[in-house]
Amino acid sequence: MSDEGGLLTACAVPPPPGSEADLFPIRVRGLRNAFGEHVIHENLDLDVRRGEILGVVGGSGTGKSVLMRSIIGLQIPEEGTIEVLGSPITDARDDDDIDIRCRWGILFQGGALFSTLTVAENVEVPLREFYPEISDELRHEIARYKVLLSGLPAEATSKYPSELSGGMKKRAGLARALALDPELLFLDEPTAGLDPIGAAGFDQLIRSLQQTLGLTVFLITHDLDTLYEICDRVAVIADKRVIAVGTIPELIATDHPWIKSYFNGPRGRAAMAANERNEHAGALGTAGDQA
Amino acid sequence: MRASADFSTEQSAEGATTLVFSGPMIVSALGAVDPRLRALEGPIAAIDLSHATRIDTVGAWTAWSLSQRLGAPIIGASPEAERLIAAISAVDDNRASVEAHRLPILLRVPNHVGEVVSGLGHGMLLVLGFLGQIVLASGVLLRHPSRFRLRALVHQMELMGVNALAIIGLMSFLVGIVIAQQGAVQLRQFGAEIYTVNLVGRLSLRELGILMTAIMVAGRSGSAFAAQLGTMKLTEEIDAMRTIGVSPIEALVIPRLLATMLMMPLLGTYSAAIGIIGGAALSALTLGIPFFTFLARIQEVVPVHDVWVGLIKGPVFGLIVATSGCFQGLQVKSDAEEVGTRTTAAVVMAIFMVIVLDAFFAVFFSEVGWG
Repeated sequence: MSDEGGLLTACAVPPPPGSEADLFPIRVRGLRNAFGEHVIHENLDLDVRRGEILGVVGGSGTGKSVLMRSIIGLQIPEEGTIEVLGSPITDARDDDDIDIRCRWGILFQGGALFSTLTVAENVEVPLREFYPEISDELRHEIARYKVLLSGLPAEATSKYPSELSGGMKKRAGLARALALDPELLFLDEPTAGLDPIGAAGFDQLIRSLQQTLGLTVFLITHDLDTLYEICDRVAVIADKRVIAVGTIPELIATDHPWIKSYFNGPRGRAAMAANERNEHAGALGTAGDQA
Repeated sequence: MRASADFSTEQSAEGATTLVFSGPMIVSALGAVDPRLRALEGPIAAIDLSHATRIDTVGAWTAWSLSQRLGAPIIGASPEAERLIAAISAVDDNRASVEAHRLPILLRVPNHVGEVVSGLGHGMLLVLGFLGQIVLASGVLLRHPSRFRLRALVHQMELMGVNALAIIGLMSFLVGIVIAQQGAVQLRQFGAEIYTVNLVGRLSLRELGILMTAIMVAGRSGSAFAAQLGTMKLTEEIDAMRTIGVSPIEALVIPRLLATMLMMPLLGTYSAAIGIIGGAALSALTLGIPFFTFLARIQEVVPVHDVWVGLIKGPVFGLIVATSGCFQGLQVKSDAEEVGTRTTAAVVMAIFMVIVLDAFFAVFFSEVGWG
């Protein structure tokens, strides 16, 4: 290990470029999760590529959230291995062993903001925890621009979570997830419970942040528009494992009944049509600009 | 181990100073450099990022805010750095961070006192309003007895009464032993050890049985009521009830209130009985008063009105404990922390009121000749 700065923290070193761990930040092999007799996952494999937005879909109760909780170490699987950023999550004996926490950010479904702290203080929590040497001044500034980057007005920084709407809570949760400039971002149903305009705005926000910050995004969703708009690939969970991973046209080409009914149902077709319209309009727009 | 960011200043031939960053400009590496950067004074002609190995938004922010403060352009930025700086500068509105407004201490103290006083007045009104709601709901239930929730009542009676038997029994037994032992030590000085029976019997039935029970129920059930109702308030269950047309007072508060009022005299009597058994057991072991002689003596030396005193206080204390629990629970508005403070408030309010009322009762009963 090179010793250049001599600062000691519980933060892991990034894997060398071009290595397996660098190309696939998340690798799941042979995962088995069960609650008592009820088996959720059986022999589940999944690879997430660096720099992509991977959407994870599946019927209710197929274990999308359980998969995410397994990957981030909140749920200990019965069998299988999970590697995140080259670090084995499943071998961790206790919480302290997971030393890549500073390199991922997680947005929970309801935002999961700490209710006794303001939005800015929420964003400062991970900074305080991992980098106590950062001065108060710089930490306040970081929290402030993260909140602004997440699309909240500056006034929101001093508000408490109970004073925010559902959509604002999600944006504040996103600001906290991004507090440490992570490489990996986990999103659990980011657009659930948002109005269509808010959901589309949130999709765009995720897309632009992903491009600006070079994030790899693991995204659980039910929102077909989100899948069409921002996901590079989609993983489908059914029959206790990931039955297919690919772009939406690739998935539609498979003949699994669940995938067919998912994308060819009335909502699936509407989302596809909307996406085609958008792309058409986008193409026209760029043509117009050039002319 | 990780690398740290650093910077240096370079003088060009024309005398212009360039600030050159080196190393990784990332969140983990900038903490040590930041104070030195803040202390830096101009003039600086340019900020050079070409030697920075990596950059994240914190690095971009540091460079951007420095260039804003010193009026120096950023040069040599990689495409990645440019992209990040563009994103940061797009949202930066150039205002100091919003600090919570704090009054100076000389104003804060009277301000706080004022808030507490007006809060107390407001709280009294709220309690009165809550009692009024209970009376109204009771009236409605009396006119429509079919709407009464018997199942909820029985369930609450089990939770707060039957399930408390073990702990209240153990506590009363130990308190009975302590009273008998301490009483015997004092009474022995007069050679009046036999009066230990009077002491244990009267004290248990009149005061300690019901008082200890009330304190235990406040801690066990009053707090549970506050936490349950508070959480239901947060999860909007109570609002959902209202919209369906179910009165939360009828469905949640009345069964708890009634269960506590019914169970308190029973638990208090039970507690007194176990306390007497504890005293009798100790007397049999150390004072040489046989167990059954002790119990027979109790019948002779304890007047019946002592039993009535305990029984009358029971429902009143139960009413106080359950009302303060339910009241505090329903006051929860914002967050999880409030559930905690309200639960504490419920227990403190209940125990305080119980002890104050117990003092009133003591004076009252001796005035009416039940001394």
